[in-house]
Amino acid sequence: MKAGFNVRGFYTLFAKEVRRFLKVTVQTVLTPMVTALLFLLVFGQVLEAHVEVYAGVNYSAFLIPGLMMMSIIQNAFANSSSSIIQSKMTGNLVFVLLAPISSLEFFAAFVLAAVVRGLLVALAVYGVAVLFIDLPLTHPWAIAVFAMLGSATLGALGVIAGIWADKYDQLAGFQNFFILPLSFLSGVFYSIHALPEIWQQISHFNPFFYLIDGFRWGFFGQSDAGVVMSLSVSLGFLFVLSGLALYLLFKGYKIRR
Amino acid sequence: MGRKMRRFQCWGWPAMTAAVSIQGVHKRFAALQALKGISMEVPQGSFFGLLGPNGAGKSTLINIMAGLARADAGSIHVMGHDVVSAWRQSRHALGVVPQELVYDPFFSVREVLRLQSGYFGLGRGNDAWIDELLEILSLTDKADANLQDLSGGMKRRVLIAQALVHRPEVVVLDEPTAGVDVELRRSLWRFARRLHREGHTILLTTHYLEEAESLCDEIAILNRGELMTRDSKRNLLARYPWRTLHITVDHATFQLPETLVSLLTNADDNCLTFRLHREQDTIGEVLAALQSAGLTVVDLSTEEVGLEEVFLRLTGQSGENT
Ligand SMILES: Nc1ncnc2c1ncn2[C@@H]1O[C@H](COP(=O)(O)OP(=O)(O)OP(=O)(O)O)[C@@H](O)[C@H]1O
Ligand SMILES: [Mg+2]
Repeated sequence: MKAGFNVRGFYTLFAKEVRRFLKVTVQTVLTPMVTALLFLLVFGQVLEAHVEVYAGVNYSAFLIPGLMMMSIIQNAFANSSSSIIQSKMTGNLVFVLLAPISSLEFFAAFVLAAVVRGLLVALAVYGVAVLFIDLPLTHPWAIAVFAMLGSATLGALGVIAGIWADKYDQLAGFQNFFILPLSFLSGVFYSIHALPEIWQQISHFNPFFYLIDGFRWGFFGQSDAGVVMSLSVSLGFLFVLSGLALYLLFKGYKIRR
Repeated sequence: MGRKMRRFQCWGWPAMTAAVSIQGVHKRFAALQALKGISMEVPQGSFFGLLGPNGAGKSTLINIMAGLARADAGSIHVMGHDVVSAWRQSRHALGVVPQELVYDPFFSVREVLRLQSGYFGLGRGNDAWIDELLEILSLTDKADANLQDLSGGMKRRVLIAQALVHRPEVVVLDEPTAGVDVELRRSLWRFARRLHREGHTILLTTHYLEEAESLCDEIAILNRGELMTRDSKRNLLARYPWRTLHITVDHATFQLPETLVSLLTNADDNCLTFRLHREQDTIGEVLAALQSAGLTVVDLSTEEVGLEEVFLRLTGQSGENT
């Protein structure tokens, strides 16, 4: 008991987090899907004729994996961070804190729920986009792996941000000044080879770049950084953030005074 | 209630583990020393009153017990389990009803109880107990209502059900009757007594001293992070064994009988105030003496100061300094 894993406790918390976002599907799945499709419509229409990023891949097709990953990044992050800060502010986090649920069980439940939300939103975007645009699926395993890596990583980052933030403003700040720019500047809309040399260099320090690059490789078999590099960096990023999140939870930072 | 528990007699069994054992607990919030080395035991099977003015440190002590906060020094064991090193076991043994009215607005009453049950590792096998709790706490017809559509008193009862969902041996009620109407207060008292009868150890904090006096058998009084006293209710009440008797007689000028002079504390025309010792003086004697002096009693009332007086003296809140 002492050293074990409270499987049912973990599963209950995970299932609760999933039901929480499913109760408001319009806001948590439909809205992000529509947003992604608007981007596709606008950018695809405008740039279709002018840009060919990879040989034989039209711009709209190129855009879809980027938009899917951007949706994953934003929604996985929003899922864990908003749930934690909400529970913290309303005080109902106490019910989980009173229960025999360890830091690891807590972390795993929130991250896994974020993965489910991330995958669901990505699938929704994909499902609608392929109605209009042909999209190859060259390496399906890589698509699945990077989708999961992306949503787990952002789920973990959401746990950290949710624990750290005391107010919604702070969370919004984190989202607007960190998540949003990093995801926009990671190659959602372009290949970094289209950028001036200096910006290409800077992009290599953006962990989201590797998530998108590896994910896109799964579709087209072409990428900027190489799949091994993308996989290594993405895994490393996930480990670092998970370690940090677990450390904060274990220390009870801001949640157990 | 479903589970049968043996009622323990705590005296005569010195080796039995305390329900809650608190040793040298210190807690500081920035510059504020909220707990200054608290040590005491809550015996198994007791109905324990943890009293003290606002900010005394009662909730802080409970939070440390429950793992919601961490002590800077000292330790707490719940049913023999250290709340830090054996936290899973200690949390299984403890059910806490928080002071604040917190709830999850996303779910219904039954959903919330199933979730809490699941967090404790319990599956659908616990559903019968959940139904029973709903019934006992008169929540059955609200079982499918969303938490945010319930009244404050109902939310309070849901909190109680949540604390009991895993059948903890020790139940902590942090001011359960604050802001609650008379009827609900009565029913909460009945419910707490029932839990106690069935073998649960109850730890209650309250600002209503009559409530503590009528429910609790053991009392601790905290003040500014210090334990002022920890004793049985009987012993505490014996520390201030006085009560006050107000009598109005039919005329203003009279000769007070000799035997009553030493008991008289105030005389205002025909209104007399006596201080009686709980065990040595009886109201009957006073009345008889007045009657034999030819006085007729028009009105009579008594004031039981009891625990309130003890509390005020120990926490230094009474007007007079002793
Ligand atoms: N998280 C916190 N940060 C800073 N100070 C705190 C915190 N929690 C409690 N305190 C302080 O510690 C002291 C004890 O508070 P506590 O809530 O334990 O009192 P209490 O006895 O439960 O009072 P009440 O009867 O009002 O509920 C108070 O001075 C309070 O301001
Ligand atoms: Mg309190």
